[in-house]
Amino acid sequence: MADLKFPSPHEAERIPGTEGWERMYPYHYLYTTEDPERKKYEESMFWFYDGLHYPEPMYPFDIIWDEAWFLALSQFNNRIFIVPPARGIDHRIHNGYIYITPVPVTDPEEIGKRAEFFTKRAGFYYENWDKLHDNWEAKMKEVINKLAMLEIPVPPEMEDDAVVMDGIGVSTGYHLLKAYDELISLGILAWQYHFEFLNLGYAAYVFFVDFCRKAFPDIPLQKITQMVGGIDVIIYQPDQELKKLARLSIDLGVDEIAMNGNAETVLAAMEGSDNGKKWLEAWDKAREPWFHVSTGTGWYHHDRSWNDDLDIPVSAMRIYIEKLRKGENIARPTEKVIKERDHLTEGYRNLLQSDEDKATFDQMLATARTVFPYVENHLFYVEHWFHSLFWNKMREVAAIFVEHKFINDVEDVWFLTRQEIKDALWDLVTAWATGSNGRGPLVWPKEIEWRKGVMQKFREWTPPDAMGQVPETITEPFTIVLWGVTSESMSQWAKLKAVAEGDLSKIVGFPGSPGDVEGIVRVCRTVQEINQLQEGEILVAPTTSPSWAPAFQRIKAAVTDVGGVMCHAAIVCREYGLPAVVGTGSATSRLKTGQKVRVNGASGEIDILS
Amino acid sequence: MDMSRYVLPFEECDLSMVNRVGGKCASLGELLKARIPVPPGFAVTTEAFDLFMEENGLVEKVQARLEGLDESMVEETERASQEIRAWIEAGTISEPLEDMIADSYRLLSRRTRTPAQPVAVRSSATAEDLPDASFAGQQDTFLWVRGVDDLLDRTKRCWSSLFTPRAIAYRARMGFEHSQVKLSVGVQKMVRSFAAGVMFTLNPSTGDPATVVIDSNWGYGESVVAGEVTPDQFHVNKISMDVTKKTVSDKQIYYTTDPETDEVIRIEVDAERRHLQSLLDSEILMLGELANRIEKHYGKHMDIEWATEKSLPYKGEIFIVQSRPETVWSRKKREPIEKPRASAVDHIVAGLIKGKKVR
Repeated sequence: MADLKFPSPHEAERIPGTEGWERMYPYHYLYTTEDPERKKYEESMFWFYDGLHYPEPMYPFDIIWDEAWFLALSQFNNRIFIVPPARGIDHRIHNGYIYITPVPVTDPEEIGKRAEFFTKRAGFYYENWDKLHDNWEAKMKEVINKLAMLEIPVPPEMEDDAVVMDGIGVSTGYHLLKAYDELISLGILAWQYHFEFLNLGYAAYVFFVDFCRKAFPDIPLQKITQMVGGIDVIIYQPDQELKKLARLSIDLGVDEIAMNGNAETVLAAMEGSDNGKKWLEAWDKAREPWFHVSTGTGWYHHDRSWNDDLDIPVSAMRIYIEKLRKGENIARPTEKVIKERDHLTEGYRNLLQSDEDKATFDQMLATARTVFPYVENHLFYVEHWFHSLFWNKMREVAAIFVEHKFINDVEDVWFLTRQEIKDALWDLVTAWATGSNGRGPLVWPKEIEWRKGVMQKFREWTPPDAMGQVPETITEPFTIVLWGVTSESMSQWAKLKAVAEGDLSKIVGFPGSPGDVEGIVRVCRTVQEINQLQEGEILVAPTTSPSWAPAFQRIKAAVTDVGGVMCHAAIVCREYGLPAVVGTGSATSRLKTGQKVRVNGASGEIDILS
Repeated sequence: MDMSRYVLPFEECDLSMVNRVGGKCASLGELLKARIPVPPGFAVTTEAFDLFMEENGLVEKVQARLEGLDESMVEETERASQEIRAWIEAGTISEPLEDMIADSYRLLSRRTRTPAQPVAVRSSATAEDLPDASFAGQQDTFLWVRGVDDLLDRTKRCWSSLFTPRAIAYRARMGFEHSQVKLSVGVQKMVRSFAAGVMFTLNPSTGDPATVVIDSNWGYGESVVAGEVTPDQFHVNKISMDVTKKTVSDKQIYYTTDPETDEVIRIEVDAERRHLQSLLDSEILMLGELANRIEKHYGKHMDIEWATEKSLPYKGEIFIVQSRPETVWSRKKREPIEKPRASAVDHIVAGLIKGKKVR
């Protein structure tokens, strides 16, 4: 791997016409040459592009989640659980793309001391995992509830009589500032909880993986995840709800109503009959919380939830109604999944040579299985449920800006940083209080237009995979699991590059789920397009999320631009026994609907046949 | 005369009979016991060899010729070898023994419904005689042998291969008595192999015990065994029984049968077949399944030679031609994969401290 060379962070390409982009992001995210010590540090580290979370450049507001996990992950590693050889993960941004680097502990003596703390503290969490996890769920639900209840007050022309009669003593302007602070603070809190368990979960998982790979050097990662994968994971629940609603519509004889028109007309028509009302009751129940599932990863404001666009669950449900009408079984093949999981586990265990190895295997497997449900489930609570509500609260704030002409459109708010929004709110409420004109309308619309242009140039630019120096070893568990930054993935990068530059009939990605099929491509860029899928086609998508689940009922294989072996498409395909190649980087741009391809989910290769 | 002393169908051979039928025939019998498809055939036992040597007065004659021979003198050994081999090959197989071999051969032809069934005639060494099968070289394997006369002739030539210069020198070096040397001969239906090769019940390059690795080329397995081509390589996961890796190579030459002469020839692969996958996916999986069963039967990792046959009127079939224990990985000393520790957290801490190599 010694020949892997990446640009120095200070020599990274600059895009003409974007000069001044730095003001769109937190100042400490910028690479700098001004201070010799910081410059040296930045040059010596290995910064890699976090394409897993950020396939697009960052919007100035959306970077809030990056800041949130920058803090949360690092503090749990370095200040709370005391991971022996790793501190936190440092972050930078260049041309709108996030680069991260794990910060190692190098002094062996310090590592030894840290190990004592870690054994005690992490050991406590592993031992009391289930109890602590119940506690976590309660805490998380409380945060979500607070968010849902949070009122974003609109400053009125004149305050209500009650402000006077009840002696309240503060204005809506004050409440608006406070509500915004509360909104941001809840977001940061949700992300504190997000990492309470996550890195411990990854650590347990990664060393089970490590053990399996030593014992079975050829073992595909997907087989390991099959061994530890949970059965009742909640990412399947939104999809399960749609199946239930599909079945109920048939049982109640209202399926024909469900099949016609858009969500609005369906829901209105359901009101017309007693059975329709019964169905509506079930529908409303399913919406809280399951329809908060995002149609994307939840990381970007444009990832809308089912609740934001009810046409999506309605049309997805129709796929199930059609299947049920044809007498097909739409139930999850859970029994098969359990059987395969047990068969695989027993098969590998039996191949171990000694009782010592079997004992270690059992220890690591048990722990990995304990932690794994959290690793899979936290996504629904934080990235889907919480984020979906959060983005909409922000839209309420944005609507106030629009009303005061600070911005032209609600969706423009994402081009401002959260600090700028706070400043602009001060501008707005003081102008509102004073009865003068705020400065915002003179500043922000113009700035936002410029930023839109910059973002477009960022989008057209291809970020390098990494910057800086490649280290000998990586010790930070999150880095290893999530980005798979190992010698293997580095050579995979090199391979992807070589293929991209040479062989045009081949696309290479990560093997997500085994199997080998030929079929016709259907490129779906958003979940709204899954209705076009024909039975037996191969889905090619930027990424998938739980709201894409019905698509997997129709397809023969899945290919995604973004994702690793733990991404949604890979997990669902393993469950349904469909081949998947994920993290290809470019499948949606290189493949066209109607092309014939061969997908090999075991090797991660896609051959373009026509 | 008791026929089973001198000839024995593979079905009746097993590992307890290595002294009488040699390693190759014993292992073929063992495979049949495990219901592994093996081309049918029979062993001409070491007792047949003994009988032949006695009847031709060769026991003492050979003994005398080798006495006082300085095996380090290459030319001298060469001359002795040539003489002894000529005596054996000119010897007469007595009528009763000839009848027994001929009857077994006719029975085989009836069974395969092929008049004058072409067979492979191979020496099947008993444990101490020869270090391994490959030692004796190529001259002790005769392919496409048809008819009783040729069979008897090749049997004698197999016997004589006990006295190649290398075999003589080897026994002298190891201190084995030349007179104690015994050799059995295996006579096996010729498989007109469409594709053939070797497979291991673990991955020979990584040691992964969950992977079956199959090397394959067109025609006979010789091109793969001798390393004359870069074969196609397929990996099968033993547990999930799926194909996890396929590498289709540029296969330049292969061995096949000249339809005119029935001789084995080495020829270039047609341009359009060179890059084609030499096994169907279903065949890869069937081989994986067989590898699994063979390994289970022996209770150890195995090195297996196999062939597919597509000659009519039968549909395509897979045969196992040979199998022997894998030696490289099986001989390695086994350390625990991780040092045993009290709990998973201890393993995690140890793993974290060690870190992951990036380059």
